[in-house]
Amino acid sequence: MALQDLCNFGDMFQEPGYLEESPIQFGFPFASSESVPLPFPMGHGTTTLAFLFQGGVLAAADTRSSCSGLVACPAAQKILPIHSHLVGTTSGTSADCALWKRILSRELRLYQLRHGRRLSTGGAAKLLSHMLHPFKGTELCVAATLCGWDGGELDDGCRDDHKGSEADDSERRDTTETPKADVETTAGAPGEKVSLSKTQSSSCTKRQCSRRKISFSGPGLFYVCSDGTRLEGKLFSVGSGSPYAYSILDQGVRWGLTVEEATSIAREAVYRATHRDAYSGNFVDIYHVTPNGWTRRTREDLKEEYYREKERVKTRGKQRETSREKKSKHRGVFWRDKLASSEQILN
Amino acid sequence: MLSAQSFGGPGKMKEYHYTGAVENRFSPYAFNGGTVLAVAGEDFAIVASDTRLSEGYSIHSRDSPKCYKLTDTTVIGCSGFHGDCLTLTKIIDARLKMYKHSNNKTMTSGAIAAMLSTILYGRRFFPYYVYNIIGGLDEEGKGAVYSFDPVGSYQRDTYKAGGSASAMLQPLLDNQIGFKNMEGVQHVPLTQEKAVQLVKDVFISAAERDVYTGDALRICIVTKEGINEQTIPLRKD
Repeated sequence: MALQDLCNFGDMFQEPGYLEESPIQFGFPFASSESVPLPFPMGHGTTTLAFLFQGGVLAAADTRSSCSGLVACPAAQKILPIHSHLVGTTSGTSADCALWKRILSRELRLYQLRHGRRLSTGGAAKLLSHMLHPFKGTELCVAATLCGWDGGELDDGCRDDHKGSEADDSERRDTTETPKADVETTAGAPGEKVSLSKTQSSSCTKRQCSRRKISFSGPGLFYVCSDGTRLEGKLFSVGSGSPYAYSILDQGVRWGLTVEEATSIAREAVYRATHRDAYSGNFVDIYHVTPNGWTRRTREDLKEEYYREKERVKTRGKQRETSREKKSKHRGVFWRDKLASSEQILN
Repeated sequence: MLSAQSFGGPGKMKEYHYTGAVENRFSPYAFNGGTVLAVAGEDFAIVASDTRLSEGYSIHSRDSPKCYKLTDTTVIGCSGFHGDCLTLTKIIDARLKMYKHSNNKTMTSGAIAAMLSTILYGRRFFPYYVYNIIGGLDEEGKGAVYSFDPVGSYQRDTYKAGGSASAMLQPLLDNQIGFKNMEGVQHVPLTQEKAVQLVKDVFISAAERDVYTGDALRICIVTKEGINEQTIPLRKD
């Protein structure tokens, strides 16, 4: 076809040449052109979610690691901290996710040392996406959401300017105090509203002329998948239990949530998903990323939540029954008995 | 090595019925059976394995233990495909020597675990068919158990069973060591004697119900005094 010849598409799909090349930079051996059939199953199946709100980014996940029917690990960790201000949820094959997160942490640390500032969440997502690209088409399976807080760097003396006024060109700040202090005052106590502010960074103290850079300081949420997808968003849920989690999240997530409200929605979403999805379960982990870094909530056993819910339903049913009893005193005995028996069935 | 077609997955034989046209391909993997178990205590760690080496309906050896001593404070248990177990332990030994020569100290259990994870992942697209469990003492002298999947995903546990009878043993360990799924029990810390007795009982049960587990049980107890080995006979049928 004409277009094919023009763009030289013709020979691209004929031989899986990229499969025979070795991505040697990571020390991997030659990927064999015909994949060996594996005698064992790999770990899959999960519920993870993350969303933005005024208090930062919230990430939550279950902890069940299943291997085609057997629970290989009931207390796995699916949210891995990458550095102080970046956390990644993992879904797919657990080994792939764990190793690639390690590789990503290493690359981000190298970037930080070379450039004197942390890479933004979008940059980290792009880096991960480009690192996974040579393995497109292989059985690598990684679906991660990166949740982080950008900006507020220490090393090159960037300042947080809440009022939005321009910084002086010739001004050089030899900052020994951490500019995080500025971000903290904007953030205020948890639960208050945080505005996205522009940071203007002056150059490193070693340089004579100042270099002005404007970058955003604020939360970032990106979804990266091993098939090449890289999406920015405000709300993501990944895994076999994600449809159930989406239904809860779409109902309740808004920008103006407080930290407690957001935590309870995330917990509820994971709880409902673990209840209905066979491959999710056990505990729920919640991480909260703020300008000061990430914090982790103690792991909670969802089995207890399930029993608490049963108790609640029972007491509610009893209350309904007693209120109906009072109402139906005026009606005939026949109707009261009919209602009582239907309540029994419902409970 | 028999082809994978005679096996319906690890440790399952397909029935001898006519199933239509079948492709008999060479499979580089074989399943040699065996179960490994590790328990971590306050100041000790136990790694135990059976010693049966089987393939299909045959037993190759009754005295092939699956625990390998790596350092004075670390023992690894490998079960799955025996060829890969041997090569993997050779590679780990070589890397331990290299580390010792360049850093002038022995690798700690945690470091060995992290290194094993990268060794296993290095073969992500043609994995080592080995289920590993490392048992040993960490830097503070407390017991540590690290369990792996064949491609290198690992984490630290208190107890773990791996290999052919793992699905039978793990719930038993959850109940007896983790005190899970029981109401109103007192959580007593595990003593070394009780742990050894529990491991023996657990393997005797496994030998009853799993055909690939039996013959003898090798227990390695790792304490700060060193590694103590015991061998206990199991069912030979």
